[in-house]
Amino acid sequence: MNIVPTDNMIERIRGLLEQVPDPEIPVLSVMDLGIVRDISIKDNRVEISITPTYSGCPAMDAIALQIRLELVSHGFTEVTIRSALTPAWTTDWMSDAGKEKLLQYGIAPPAGPVKNRVALSELSPPCPHCGATGTTLLSEFGSTACKALFRCTACGEPFDYFKCH
Amino acid sequence: MNQDRFDYILHLADNALITGHRLSEWTGHGPSVEQDIAMSNIALDLVGQSRNLYQYAASMKEGATEDTLAYLRDAREFKNLLIAETGNGDWAKTITRLFFFSAYQSCLYEHMRSLRDEMLRAIAEKSLKEVTYHVRWSGDWVIRLGDGTPESRSRMEKAIDALWPLTGEMFEPAPYEKALIPSQLAVDVAALKQEWMHKITGVLDNAGCRLPAPGSWMQSGGKTGIHTEALGLLLAEMQFLQRAYPGCNW
Repeated sequence: MNIVPTDNMIERIRGLLEQVPDPEIPVLSVMDLGIVRDISIKDNRVEISITPTYSGCPAMDAIALQIRLELVSHGFTEVTIRSALTPAWTTDWMSDAGKEKLLQYGIAPPAGPVKNRVALSELSPPCPHCGATGTTLLSEFGSTACKALFRCTACGEPFDYFKCH
Repeated sequence: MNQDRFDYILHLADNALITGHRLSEWTGHGPSVEQDIAMSNIALDLVGQSRNLYQYAASMKEGATEDTLAYLRDAREFKNLLIAETGNGDWAKTITRLFFFSAYQSCLYEHMRSLRDEMLRAIAEKSLKEVTYHVRWSGDWVIRLGDGTPESRSRMEKAIDALWPLTGEMFEPAPYEKALIPSQLAVDVAALKQEWMHKITGVLDNAGCRLPAPGSWMQSGGKTGIHTEALGLLLAEMQFLQRAYPGCNW
């Protein structure tokens, strides 16, 4: 396939990346998470730049592989995936649609922009299960580095909160 | 290849990997599931930081990869601080080490953000966000243990006494750092000491713990490859697979 660097082509690639899920939180695509920093086309080759959420994110290698598979299976055979450390990823880059999907999935989305961040111990994110606001921190670290563990005092359920980072 | 830059980046990477590996030994053994998960997450952050640094170092040396640097060097070639390799001991010792080390990393990365090395700046920027959590989490535990029961208090005091002599070399520049500091390619660690002391004394005061008298004996050597027995034993486990099955992967 002749891959020309037009807006349409970039849009098409963006659409394909919206189908690539995060392996840890499969309701979110890599686009929702905001980890795709750049898409470009040069000499018939697609270049994608992704940034890790956390330095030790074990999903990065799997994400790069899935992006490659998705693109190759749609005819983009020449793909380069780069890891960009700077600027460092922030939850501000997560899409609003992504935050809504997180909530539906049972994970409380990050509360507001990073610049207004408060300490986790002072935070009480609404319970994603019953909506109550009386929630307490159980642990600053949840099932993955990017989440903290809370418990709802109304329904008693524990839940993950995606940390403002 | 500039040997001083290569050595400096390895020193930074080794600190993160060896501390991360030590913390990972708690996985499955934490005092409660939340602390087990916290420890594993912090270990993962540190191993991730070391990967970024090893990849950078490997890009400077023909034939090197992040794996050969982590798995195929012997103890004498590792340049980590002695405090990184010391055994976990009890929970108080692990927490105190993490607190001292995280407070150090936090000062270091803060200053690394203005070095004349673009990649180190990027790694520092990324890592600093993670280390901020580590400092707060371990600091909360220092207060909880120091200001806890007579038993937890006495364990904290023992941990501080055991680790204190290993904190001196954090602020002693190795020859490769001295060579790089004038061109702003390495952080001048000697200048971090006051900042670090300020960070830790606030928390230790809250915990009701006191530091050994100034001028007490300090042990150094790790940064130039003179290690304790603990590192050899750690490497024997960490490197086993690559030594027994060279080049294996999955």
